[in-house]
Amino acid sequence: MSMVYVISVLLVFATMALALIRALKGPTIYDRILAVNVVGTKTVLVVALISVFSGNGDLVDVALVYALINFLAVVAVLKLARCGDLAAANVPNGSAQQASSTAHE
Amino acid sequence: MRYVISLIFVLAALWLAVSGVYKPLLFGLGAGSIALVVWLSLRMDVVGIEHNPGLYFPKLFAYWGWLVGQIISANIHVAKRVLSPKGIRPHIIEVPVPQHTAVSRVTYANSCTLTPGTVTLDITPERMRVHALDDVSAQGLMSQEMAQKILWLESQSGNPRVTQNQTESAS
Amino acid sequence: MSNLVIDLISGGLLLGGGVIGVLGGLGLLRFPDFYSRLHAAGMTDTLCALMIITGLILQTGLSLLTLKLALILLFLLFTSPTASHALAKAALSDGVEPLEQSPKNPDADSADQGASSSNT
Repeated sequence: MSMVYVISVLLVFATMALALIRALKGPTIYDRILAVNVVGTKTVLVVALISVFSGNGDLVDVALVYALINFLAVVAVLKLARCGDLAAANVPNGSAQQASSTAHE
Repeated sequence: MRYVISLIFVLAALWLAVSGVYKPLLFGLGAGSIALVVWLSLRMDVVGIEHNPGLYFPKLFAYWGWLVGQIISANIHVAKRVLSPKGIRPHIIEVPVPQHTAVSRVTYANSCTLTPGTVTLDITPERMRVHALDDVSAQGLMSQEMAQKILWLESQSGNPRVTQNQTESAS
Repeated sequence: MSNLVIDLISGGLLLGGGVIGVLGGLGLLRFPDFYSRLHAAGMTDTLCALMIITGLILQTGLSLLTLKLALILLFLLFTSPTASHALAKAALSDGVEPLEQSPKNPDADSADQGASSSNT
């Protein structure tokens, strides 16, 4: 069974390597952000795999927090690349914001 | 007020489940963070029927089961396309969005993005633009099967808000 | 006996998830433009995560760890379409042109073909 773990961790590492190549090559900045997002998702999986494999349950919390931080990081980097300012109030040239629901009373 | 109580209940359950250490100090920290989150949610004006975690409760799991099946078949299809990338034909299609409430429209757009092969680019209350990898993925969405499932999910969720929105959009 | 069966199933899920991940990474390299790469990335975000976490859940049995793994899966499946959509929308409004291919003329042979130029 431990052989299976090692192989699956190596497969996930191979995915990360392929995504890193795309991050280095990517013609547009969005390709790079996409590849970094994939690397982040794979990191979560590797941490979860190592946690269960080594019987160290506390590491799962790290994976849990990383899954949330990764999403926030991607959105923040996207905004930074788009606006050049994280605190910018409106995105330039963005199409109409998604129709939001009527606010509740 | 009902929704504030249900939010507190869900957050407390989440804290107890994830924490795993039951000491007075940690209970205090949990109560503090729940209070903070509830206060922030009220400030953001996001506590309401649409954000009620139990809105679609019984049907949601049936829908998730169906969605996982869709994800698996779509993944197998995209995997085949990766192995023979000559067959892809990326193009943009427009599909109607028949849902009445904002939550189910978001559910539709997110489910569509979640199945590989289709990515939602833009959504308005009536239509959404979808980037499809090839004709098979596009056909899967054009057949409206997913839209029908979400309409089923939306129906008889038993709250007055939905019926009110339905009459609004019908008129 | 049943232990062996669970080991077999979860091992198969772990390996299958890894293989799907590698295929997604390969797609990330081979697909010709940004928008089709989004689909490959979606593949690694959905089925790969689903299979690996399910395999791990089968290994851990019923405990607090199981719930945390399920929460990881839930968060991943909720956030990944949002991130994909944000990326696609930002790229579209920034003027990254989607590559439109006619069915008769597949010229997607090189991986490093730019997102803007497709001269036949």
